[in-house]
Amino acid sequence: MAGKKASRAGKLWADIKRNKGCYLMLAPFMIFFTVFTIVPVVMSLPIGFTDFDMAKPPKYVGLSNYTTLFLSDRVFIRSIRVTIVFAFLTGPVSYFLCFMLAWLINELHPKLKTFFTLIFYAPSMANVYTVWQLIFSGDINGYLNSFLLDLGLINAPVQWLTDGRYILGVTIVVQLWISLGAGFLALRAGFQNIDRTLYEAGAVEGIRTRWQELIYIVIPSMGPQLMFAAVMQIVSSFTAGTVAQNLVGFPSTDYKAHTVMTHAYDYGWVRFEMGYAAAICTILFAAMYLCNRLIGRVMKKYMD
Amino acid sequence: MTQVDTAKLKASNRRVGRRLGGTAAIFIVLSVLGAFMVLPIYLTVIMSVKPVEELFVFPPKMYVIRPTLDNFREMFESVRQNRVPFSRYVFNSIAVTVSVTVLQCVFSSMAAFVLAKCRFPGSRFINHVIVIALLYQSNVIYIMQYMVMSRLHLIDNPLALILPSVASPMGLFLMRQSISQMPDSMIEAAKVDGAGLFRICWQIVIPNQKPALMTLIIFAFQAAWNIQAGSLVFQEQYKTLPTVVAQAASSGMARAGVAMAAAVFMLIPPMIVFILAQRYVIETMAHSGIKE
Repeated sequence: MAGKKASRAGKLWADIKRNKGCYLMLAPFMIFFTVFTIVPVVMSLPIGFTDFDMAKPPKYVGLSNYTTLFLSDRVFIRSIRVTIVFAFLTGPVSYFLCFMLAWLINELHPKLKTFFTLIFYAPSMANVYTVWQLIFSGDINGYLNSFLLDLGLINAPVQWLTDGRYILGVTIVVQLWISLGAGFLALRAGFQNIDRTLYEAGAVEGIRTRWQELIYIVIPSMGPQLMFAAVMQIVSSFTAGTVAQNLVGFPSTDYKAHTVMTHAYDYGWVRFEMGYAAAICTILFAAMYLCNRLIGRVMKKYMD
Repeated sequence: MTQVDTAKLKASNRRVGRRLGGTAAIFIVLSVLGAFMVLPIYLTVIMSVKPVEELFVFPPKMYVIRPTLDNFREMFESVRQNRVPFSRYVFNSIAVTVSVTVLQCVFSSMAAFVLAKCRFPGSRFINHVIVIALLYQSNVIYIMQYMVMSRLHLIDNPLALILPSVASPMGLFLMRQSISQMPDSMIEAAKVDGAGLFRICWQIVIPNQKPALMTLIIFAFQAAWNIQAGSLVFQEQYKTLPTVVAQAASSGMARAGVAMAAAVFMLIPPMIVFILAQRYVIETMAHSGIKE
C-alpha cells in the first residue's frame, strides 16, 4: 500500500519534471497572479465570517453576516431583485447585440470594418457619465427633455434621474450603450480568425446564403470566443453598479437602481463593515459561478 | 505582392451568396445603430469646444457656433497649479501604460499557450482557477490587495501602479480561448523539428494569433492608461494623467465644459491604439488565405 503510494508520487514527480518547460512558461504570470489576485481572493473569503472594520483585527462571528443579509436586511433583498432584473435584461440583450453586430460588421468591406468596430466600441473607451447626465437632465435644459418638449410628446420636463419610475430604465439604456466591450471585440477577432478554406469548402458543399454560412460554419468554429463573451457578459451584468452610481447618484431614489454590487460598495467603502461586504460579494460570486456553469453546459451541448 | 493582396481582398468581398442589396441593407442598419452609439460621444466633443455662454443656453444645441479651446486651456491651467510640471504626468502615464501593456501581453501569451496546448499536472486546475478569478469581482479584494501591497512595501512606490495589473486573468483567458482553436498538428510538427516550448510559442503560435493579440493590446492599453494613483501613491511626482485630469474636471456641473475636455483628451490615445491595432487585425484576415 505504502509502496504504491510512493510510486504514484514518484510518477507525479517524474511527470512534473518532464513538463518543467511548461511551468517555466507559466511562472511569470502565476507569480503576479498569485500575489495580486489569488491571495486577496483567498483572504477575503473567510472575512465574510467575521466582523472587521479594518481598525481592529477581524472577530469571528460565524454565519451571522449571512443570516442578517437574508433575514433582516430589507435593502439587500431589494438589491437582489434589482440585480436580477438588471442582469436578465442587459445580459442576454447585450450578448445578442455583441454577436449580431460583430457578424454584420464582418460582412462589410475591410475599410468599413475598422470604422464600424470603432463606432460600436468607442462608448466603452470613453468616460461619458457627464454627458449622459446632461442628456437626461431633469430640467428643460436636458437634451432629451428639450427634444421631447419640442415634439410635443411631453408637457413638462421629466425627472429622468430622480423619478423612481424611470431610474432603472435609464440605467439599463446606458449600461447597454457601454456594454459592447470586451466580448464584442473578442468576437470581432474570432470572426477574423476563421480559416478562409472553411468558407470555400462550405460553398462546394452547397451553402448558398449568409445565414447558412453563419449557422453551419461560423458559429461551430467560434465556440471559444462565444464562451469568452458569455463570461464577460455574466461579469458585467451581475456586477453592474458603477453606471447607476455615476448616473442616478448613490443611494438612488427609493433604492430603485441599488444593485448587489452597490450594496457591497455601501458596506465596504462607506461604512467600513468589511465582513458584511465580503459576505455580500461571496453570495454574488456563488450566483455568477452557477450561472457560468449553466451557460457552459448549455454551450457545450450545442457545440458538440 | 501587393497586387495579389488586393485581388485577395476583392475576392473576400465576393463570397458565396452575397447580394449587393443584402450588403447595402446591412450597411444601413449599422449606420442607424451607429448614429445612436456615437451621439453621446459627439455631444461630448461638441461640448468640449463650446464657450461657456453656449454651454447653458436654452434650448440646448447639437452644434457649436463659436468653437474655442478655452475648456482645454482651463484644464491644463488647473493641472499646472500642482507643483509638478505637466510633462511629468505625461511621462508617468506613458511609463505605466507601456510597461503594463508589454508585460501583460508577454506573460499572458506564454501562460495561455501552455494552458491551451499542454497537459501537465495542475493544468486543469489552473484553467479552472482563471475562470473563477474572472468571476470573483469584489471591492473587498481591493482592500485585501492593499494589505498585501503594504506588506510588500509597495505603497507610495511607483511600482504599485504597474505590478498588480501585469497578470490579468481576462487577458490570459482571451488568449487561451483563441490559441485552443489552433490545430495541434502545427505544434507537433515544430516539436518534431526539435523546437523548445519557448520558441514554438513565439515563432509559431503567437504570430498566428494576431487578431487575439491585437485585441489584448487594446484591452491592456486602455486599462493601463486609466490607472489612477488612488490610495496607492501619494507623492505628486508619481501620479498619472487620469488622476490629475479627474481632479481638474471634478467641480460639478458648472465645469461641465472642462469635464468634457478631459474626457476627450483622455480618449485620444486609446482611440489611436485601437485604430492601429484593428487595422492590423483586419489586414491579417486578408492574408490568412495565403498562410500554409
